[in-house]
Formats: sequence, C-alpha cells, structure tokens
Amino acid sequence: MVLGFTLLLLFPMGLALYMSLTDWPLLGDHHFIGLNNYREIMVDQMFWRVLGNTVYFTAGLVPLNIVLALLLALLLSKSLRGIGVFRTAIFVPVMTSLVVWAIVWKLMYATESGLINQLLLMIGIKGPAWLYNQDLAMPAVIVTSVLKNVGLNMVLFIAAIQQVPRSLYEAAKLDGAGKQKTFFHVTLPMITPTVFLTVVMTVIGSLKVFGQIYVMTQGGPSNSTKVLVYYIWEKAFKLFQFGYASALAYVLFFIVMILTLLQWQLRKRWVFNEGDA
Amino acid sequence: MPKPSVHTAGGAVGTYLLLTLISLIMIVPFIWMISTSFKEPQSIFTYPPQWIPETFRFQNYIDVFRLIPFHRFYLNSAYIAVLVVLGTVFFASLAGYAFAKIPFKGRNVVFLVLLSAMMIPHEVTAIPMFLFMRQLGWIDTHLPLILLPIFGAGGVFGIFVMRQFFITVPTELEEAAMIDGCSRFRIYARIMLPIAKPGMATLTIFTFVTIWNEFFDPLIFINSRELMTLPLGLSLFTDEVGTAWQYLMSATVMATMPLLIVFFIAQRRFIEGVAMTGLKE
Repeated sequence: MVLGFTLLLLFPMGLALYMSLTDWPLLGDHHFIGLNNYREIMVDQMFWRVLGNTVYFTAGLVPLNIVLALLLALLLSKSLRGIGVFRTAIFVPVMTSLVVWAIVWKLMYATESGLINQLLLMIGIKGPAWLYNQDLAMPAVIVTSVLKNVGLNMVLFIAAIQQVPRSLYEAAKLDGAGKQKTFFHVTLPMITPTVFLTVVMTVIGSLKVFGQIYVMTQGGPSNSTKVLVYYIWEKAFKLFQFGYASALAYVLFFIVMILTLLQWQLRKRWVFNEGDA
Repeated sequence: MPKPSVHTAGGAVGTYLLLTLISLIMIVPFIWMISTSFKEPQSIFTYPPQWIPETFRFQNYIDVFRLIPFHRFYLNSAYIAVLVVLGTVFFASLAGYAFAKIPFKGRNVVFLVLLSAMMIPHEVTAIPMFLFMRQLGWIDTHLPLILLPIFGAGGVFGIFVMRQFFITVPTELEEAAMIDGCSRFRIYARIMLPIAKPGMATLTIFTFVTIWNEFFDPLIFINSRELMTLPLGLSLFTDEVGTAWQYLMSATVMATMPLLIVFFIAQRRFIEGVAMTGLKE
C-alpha cells in the first residue's frame, strides 16, 4: 500500500522534475536540455504576466476572504435564534461544484441578461460587460471565488472561537473591557493559530486557482485573467509541451513549498503559544 | 448556558440585517439558477428581472437530456463517486489502523513522507500521470478517475483522518481482545471499525463531495462526450449551449441536487468534519 502511494505521489514528482529538464513533446523523442526550460521561463513575457495575475488574484482574495470569514464567524458564534439558517446559507456554496458556481455567476455577470446588470439598471446604472472588460474580469472572478469558499474559513474560525475558554471572557468583562477590546485582546490572540493556518492554506489555494478561470473567462479578455495553473494546463494539455509545462509546475511547487515551510517554522511558535489547548 | 447579555436590541437587529444581506448574496445565485431553469428563452432577457417565471417550462429539464448526453454525465459521476468512496474508506481505514496501532519499523517516517506528499500541488504530478496513463492506454477511460483519488492525495487524506480516530482507541482494548485469541483482522473488523464510524462517515461525505465536484482530472483524462462527468460536461457546454441559459441552468440544478441532499442529511457532521481536520480540498 505504502508502495502504491509512493508510486503515485513521489515517483511522478521525480519524473516531473526530470521532465522539466527536457524537451518533451507529445510524440517523438524527448531530449535532455538541462535548465533551458527554466531559463526560458525567466524571459517568457507570458510567464510574468500570468504570475502577476496569480498574485493579483491571491492578494485580492485572501484579505477579503479572511476578514469576511472572521466577521461572519464572530456574528455566527453568538447564540442568536435561527443561526443555523445563516450558517447553512453561507456554507452551501462550499459544497457546490466550483464549475456549477462559476457557470451560475457567469450568468449573473452576463452583459445583457445578467442579474447584476439588470439590478443596476433598476437604479439607473448601465452595467459594464463584467467578464469582457480587462479591468473588471479579475475582480469579478475574485468576488465569485470569495463567496464560494468563505464558508470554509468561517467554519474553521467558529470552531476556534468556541474553544476560547469562557473564563477569559469573564475576566475581560470584570476588567471592564468593551466588545472591541475583548476581540483584539482575547479572541484574536487566542485564535491566531487558526488565522495563520487559514491564511496560508487560502494563499496556497489561491495560487492554484483554475476551475473558475476556465469556466468564466478562459484566461481572457486579452490574458487579463490568465493565471499560472491555467498557463500550465494550456502548455501541457493543449500545446503538449510537457517539458516546459513541468518546469512551470515546478515553479509553482517551489512557491507552495516555501509557503508550507514558512508555515511549519512559524507554526512551532504558535503551537508553543497555544499551550496545551 | 446563559446568553451573553451584552446585545442591545439595536445590536441584534443590526446583526440580523448584516447576516441576512450576506446570506442573500450567497443564496441569490441559486434562486436565479432555479428561476432561469424554468424560463422560456425569451423571458430570460426581460427587464425588470423576473424572479418567478410567468409560465414554468418544465420541458427545459427534459430537453437537456436531448441536447447533451446529460444522463451519461450523471451516471458516470454517480458510479465513479460510489467506487471512489468505497475504495477510499476501505483502504484508508486499513492503512489508518496500521499507522495508528501496528508498530512497525519506520512507521512515523513513512507517515510523515505521506503527509508531505499531500503538500505536492496536484498540477505537478498531473503531467507525469497523464503520460503514465497514456502508456497504460487508460486515457479516455474512467480508470484514472477512480484509481488516482483512492491511492493519491485523497487516499492520504483519508489515512490521516482514519488514523486520528484509531489513535483514540485505548490499547488495552486491543490487548484484551488479543488475549482472548482475536486475530489482527478480527480486531480491526469487530472492534476498530465500529468505533471509527464517525470518522468513516466524515470521510465518506468529504470524498463524495470532492469527487462529485472534481474538474481538473476529468478535463485532462477524458475526451469522449459519453465518458464525461457532470462538472466537465457542464463546463464544455457553457459555450455550446451557452446562449441557451435555461438549459444550462436546469442541468446545473440537477447536478447540484445530490450534493444538497447529502448536505442536508449530513450537515452537522460535515461542518464538524471541516472544523476537525481544518483541511481544504
């Protein structure tokens, strides 16, 4: 069994590394070309473009997602009546297929018949062609993605908030701390491990964004939403440049690995702070 | 437990308003999806937006099956999901048990290697996997879609979940059973599995949702229409049927149904599972 896993996870990893050092077409022989693919990546205009787009997506999505998730978790960890309904409403998109969600949002964003523009028209605004506008397509995809996944982080935050010992709140109350003070001095410090974990996981997830781009924009208009994984997919499975695509994938892997190691290093500190909770 | 008494009436109303607004933004796409799925083509473009169609056109739901091999997508998704769930739960519980309870040389090292393998971006291994599958002649078959999740990262995740459950079982329980002459496998089947039922349920739901929604793998491994799964089939038809939103929407409604049913049945367990493992797709 372990052998099976090694075969299916580690072996392809090694093979991918080797492939990234070759010129590997769909048909015909492959040639070892050393670091040429990586050199080419460095001067590939499109690579820098898609890397920029990926960073843009991540930088837009992560703060929005985390802040909204935290806010929702705070609101939803109160014992209010009917809270389950809200939790469910916010969590349902997490369950839904990304493709379905993206298709539905494509309809929402549609220029003429889209709900968003129809609603805008009701207040007298002529909405833009969201997904066909270079400046608006990426923000539109970001909003769609935040709403899709915010429920996931929300649930993690709710779980963390519920584990904060009640006694701390009582002590804060005795000290006369207001709501804001209690949040910044009790809740937030106690849940930093979770915040940190979710930030890193969300960043990693964002760097690998693909499905919603594929469905909603196909990387367009004029490459404004073409992200790294889309570019990898295009090179590998549309153009069959497996060597170059593998090198691109390894660039992604290095970025993810650095983030994971960073998390590991920092997490030790957090876990230490956590004590034995 | 006493309710936190700090809410003023205004605060509670504000909270409700905010929550209602956000929930609406979450739900409106679904309502719009359902609404559009019943519309006549010409009433999709009407202004102001029509929430409840003038006439419900149930025919859309039937036409979808004529326009695209939708029943194929459905059957493919269903049987692949079932096989993957069964395979994952079976192998993950066996391996999870081994990692939790059977001491063997290098156990922790192997476990760590497995966990770190989970960090490998799928996109990196997808390319060699594609060539590997091509070598085996498995491109445009369902085999990669069934075997890769069971023995790939999804399987590792399963082992991780199951191990966490088995580890909580006291060793004394096992020892007692062994003294009574129970074999390893009997212990696993008779003592361990019943205890790990919550873990297996969590894993089942997780795996089902993941596989039902999986998009990347079918995209690279499947070419024939007849072999496509729901997400892939729908995504390819955004352009073909793209202008006919009413069909696309009735198809997405039907594609989402099984998930919503699973979710409403297993809601609490699923959310707890997410919170417990803290892991994402």
